[in-house]
Amino acid sequence: MSSHSRDPQRDQLLSILVHDEPKVLTRITALFGRRGYNIKSLSVGQTEHPGISRMTIVVNGDRGVVEQAIKQLERLIDVVKVIDHSLEKFVDRELVLVKVAITPETRVEVRQIAEDFRTRIVDVGRHALTFEVTGDEGKITAFIEQMRPFGILETMRTGRIALTRGSNADIATHVYHDGETQTLKPVVEGVEAREERARHVPNLF
Amino acid sequence: MTGAKALWATLANHGITTVFGYPGGAIMPVYDALTFYPEVRHILTRHEQGAAHAAEGWAKATGQLGVCMATSGPGATNLVTGLADAMLDSVPLLAITGNVARHLMGTDAFQEADITGITLPITKHNFVVREVEDIPRVLSEAIYIARTGRPGPVLVDIPKDVQLAAFHGELLPPLPRRDALKPAPEVVERAQEVLRSARRPVMMLGGGALDAAQEVTQLARAWNVPVSTTLMGLGAFPASDPLWLGMPGMHGSVAANRAISDADVLLSIGMRFDDRVTGRVNGFAPHAQIIHVELDAAEIGKIVRTHVPVRGDAKETARALLAGAARLEHPEWDAQIAEWKSRTQTPDHWGAGYAIKAVCDRLTPDDILSSDVGQHQMIAAQEARFEKPRRWLNSGGLGTMGFGFPAAIGAALAEPGVRSVVIAGDGGFQMTAQELATLKHANIRNVKICIVNNSFLGMVRQWQELFHEKRYSEVWLGDSNPDFVKLAAAYDVPAYRATTADDLPAAIDAWLDDPNSALLEVVVPNEHGVFPMVPAGAALYEMIETEPGRTPDLSDEMEKAAEEANNA
Repeated sequence: MSSHSRDPQRDQLLSILVHDEPKVLTRITALFGRRGYNIKSLSVGQTEHPGISRMTIVVNGDRGVVEQAIKQLERLIDVVKVIDHSLEKFVDRELVLVKVAITPETRVEVRQIAEDFRTRIVDVGRHALTFEVTGDEGKITAFIEQMRPFGILETMRTGRIALTRGSNADIATHVYHDGETQTLKPVVEGVEAREERARHVPNLF
Repeated sequence: MTGAKALWATLANHGITTVFGYPGGAIMPVYDALTFYPEVRHILTRHEQGAAHAAEGWAKATGQLGVCMATSGPGATNLVTGLADAMLDSVPLLAITGNVARHLMGTDAFQEADITGITLPITKHNFVVREVEDIPRVLSEAIYIARTGRPGPVLVDIPKDVQLAAFHGELLPPLPRRDALKPAPEVVERAQEVLRSARRPVMMLGGGALDAAQEVTQLARAWNVPVSTTLMGLGAFPASDPLWLGMPGMHGSVAANRAISDADVLLSIGMRFDDRVTGRVNGFAPHAQIIHVELDAAEIGKIVRTHVPVRGDAKETARALLAGAARLEHPEWDAQIAEWKSRTQTPDHWGAGYAIKAVCDRLTPDDILSSDVGQHQMIAAQEARFEKPRRWLNSGGLGTMGFGFPAAIGAALAEPGVRSVVIAGDGGFQMTAQELATLKHANIRNVKICIVNNSFLGMVRQWQELFHEKRYSEVWLGDSNPDFVKLAAAYDVPAYRATTADDLPAAIDAWLDDPNSALLEVVVPNEHGVFPMVPAGAALYEMIETEPGRTPDLSDEMEKAAEEANNA
């Protein structure tokens, strides 16, 4: 395929601002699915602007593929903006609930480790403790590895969420700041703003 | 006023004069309201796929929006092929579907299908209108999206109760069109710099250059750059111009494919490097610096390495590149191209190529030529000489059999003063043959159907011959084809037949001179291939230039086998 698709596969972090419409999630995920790329995690939530949602997607793939996916995403009518976090500094977090098996002998040790990781206990049972862990990927992986010997009963992860650092954030709020009308304007202006941004295609190839 | 009336009023406000469609339960309020809007003409096709392709034909011939309409469920799903076709060929198309009432949506109600879900990947965008007041807004947006930037199909799904609901909102005028996207000046300069350095330049024009035909033609002549037009771009550059190389790709001309393979600078405008155009990508234009002019950012760098990506409207960019034109002199390149051009063979023995060339030779530059999909499509693309854009309609991206005839109907209605000629195969024609009824229904008199009948699914047969050791699996139609002349007669369409080279001229005369829409069946030998051919997976320079030895005609054998099968 593309001559630039030989880079190693690695996790790519994208933020996507979208109009909060039915099927928008399907539109986005179908775009990755069509090419056979697996989304590792996906988190969606509302933004400070009514009618606009924000997704953080982690996809494993090479740069060429992700660049192509970004351009395809930007083509979708409901997509307001795509932020490629590999180009900017960002902060990311993930929330994980971990239910760890305990016995009278391990209870104290488990609690001590959890404290070291600054986790919170959200449920206490006779045979299990459930912890809430927040942090970046490294911290969460480390905590889970520490707990594994005691017996992990269940985990649930929210998936990573990310924001560009304030020092280099360039989110064009004017693009979608149209909360009152919620009619055609955001769509058309979104299209126009995308066109304008995409005029200067970087010579990446 | 009901939602249904608001729909027609909005379409009328947008200057829509013709809608192709087929009624059904979930869109009956819209059809009922249609009787109050005589300014919009509805063409009843005999299948929704015919409606979609007819709307495409309208759009491809005029560059304007085509509109089709269907009911929910099976009506809507019958549009799907046309929508996918429009998506791949960037055709501005508005599809309106009815759906079951809102309270029934999602309950597997009678004739319910999640058509917006089904068409997600094959439309530029789609909508469900859930509130009656939204009808004008959504339609305006849909039309805007379908026509703006890179055109494409947009579907609007309207539940039946929304069509029936009382409408108290405002009817909206069309949204203002956006200015064409101008390329960044520094990128234009860079492209000109690269062009100036060219010693073996080639320009490639795709469907995106059709509406910039005048500008790109000036550009090619000013810089003295030979031009190849893709299947979708045929007509963007006059075929009579000495700079024209022909079509590139799998069944492209020797001159186009050799020139692209040897070019040192390739200026491509409004094309997307389809695999049928490039052949093996790492063997495509291996020596060339590629300047890619394209409106859709997602196409730049998608398939081939681009040295100078130029994001811009074809017309605006051609103008900008023209402003700094410097005529290139390349006598050696010209001589080489002349030699390649001399290798072009004209079909001189009786067969599909001979027949299609005879038909194409009779066309005027104003005639619209549609084709279906298959060998005849590639032969027509090779033999027809287009002087103007939007005179060649075919299914390029999706390769939809059954496209040609309904598309020709759409074009005939868009331009009633023009001859709308369609070349079809015996296989593809039967996929939408029921649209013969549409000719009579809409009193269409300017459609000329030519069926090139070789009793085979010819292109599949050619591949089986070349790559499957002649195991002709399920491609023989000769034992069960209808009598096409009688079939036409059943629909009250005059029909003519030619079976030899000697019959052909008189048959063509009678067919074209007939004051009505008419059908011509040309019966040709079974086994002819389309050449030149670049085998799938090969590079353009690995093309097979001529048919590798005449193959014996196997029709007798096939007939015998079919007979045996019938007797068994």
